Amino acid sequence: MNKQEFLKRLGAALSGLPRADAEERLAFYEEMIDDRMEEGLSEEAAVAEIGPVETVAAQIVEETPLPKIVRERMKPRRRLRAWEIVLLVLGSPIWLTLGIAAAAVLLAVYVVLWALVLALWAVDVALLIAAFGYLTMGISFFREGNWNGGLQLLACCLVAGGLFLLLLPACVAATKGTAKLLKKIVLGIKSLFLRKESNV
Amino acid sequence: MDGQMKRGLLDVCVLAAIKNEDSYGYRIIKDMKPYLELSESTLYTILKRLELAGMLTVRSAEHGGRLRKYYRITPAGLARIAEFQEDWKEIVSIYRFVTREEQDE
Repeated sequence: MNKQEFLKRLGAALSGLPRADAEERLAFYEEMIDDRMEEGLSEEAAVAEIGPVETVAAQIVEETPLPKIVRERMKPRRRLRAWEIVLLVLGSPIWLTLGIAAAAVLLAVYVVLWALVLALWAVDVALLIAAFGYLTMGISFFREGNWNGGLQLLACCLVAGGLFLLLLPACVAATKGTAKLLKKIVLGIKSLFLRKESNV
Repeated sequence: MDGQMKRGLLDVCVLAAIKNEDSYGYRIIKDMKPYLELSESTLYTILKRLELAGMLTVRSAEHGGRLRKYYRITPAGLARIAEFQEDWKEIVSIYRFVTREEQDE
């Protein structure tokens, strides 16, 4: 692949980004390729060192915040005509509500997922606290000479402690999994906006 | 290494690459190569972040019939390097403490 083709493909992949951002990125990669060629590398080899267009574009999209992409997508390509502005204003009860609803749904998904993780952790911590509670109570029973009750409480302590240990890896996994899932959801929404863009 | 720490280290590395004289993208990557591999995309992000933080300034200059961007460190950038060196002393002493038994053996 030569330089022009690389830049053309990258430009197409970044078409959902604000124009100025995309142009700055392209200029940066062009300079990188030119500097490699100046060192004596062939055009093809210089482009190859930068890496596949898809990888480069994917990394850039991941780094670009979602609101920026959405805003760019919503921006009209030309000056709006008077009747279009009137329609926009008249339609605002509909599209504004839909937009707010979409944002609210996203926020709700976010909150619900983290609430679940938090609940899981709460259960785990509660088990740990219970284990300590049983232990201290059991010890005081032993001190009073109530061996039967003490042993029962000690058993409870072991059960609670065991459950705590069993649940701990699940808590860690849930936290990591949720973080990963949310990252994927955001990436998915981004690509949704970008795909629409390239179809227009 | 955790992401936050690595990001901080990379910032200081790029600042160090332009510490003595102004440099440009490809040269920064080349200068760092013996120590660590840095991809173009990563470098772009770091440069942007440092520029926004006021730790470096960017200017375009003509080079061989085209424009090339040169990066210059600011006093804030130099202060960041000095801060890193101070932090590092602390980390080294913590490391000595952590590994002291291994050294005694």
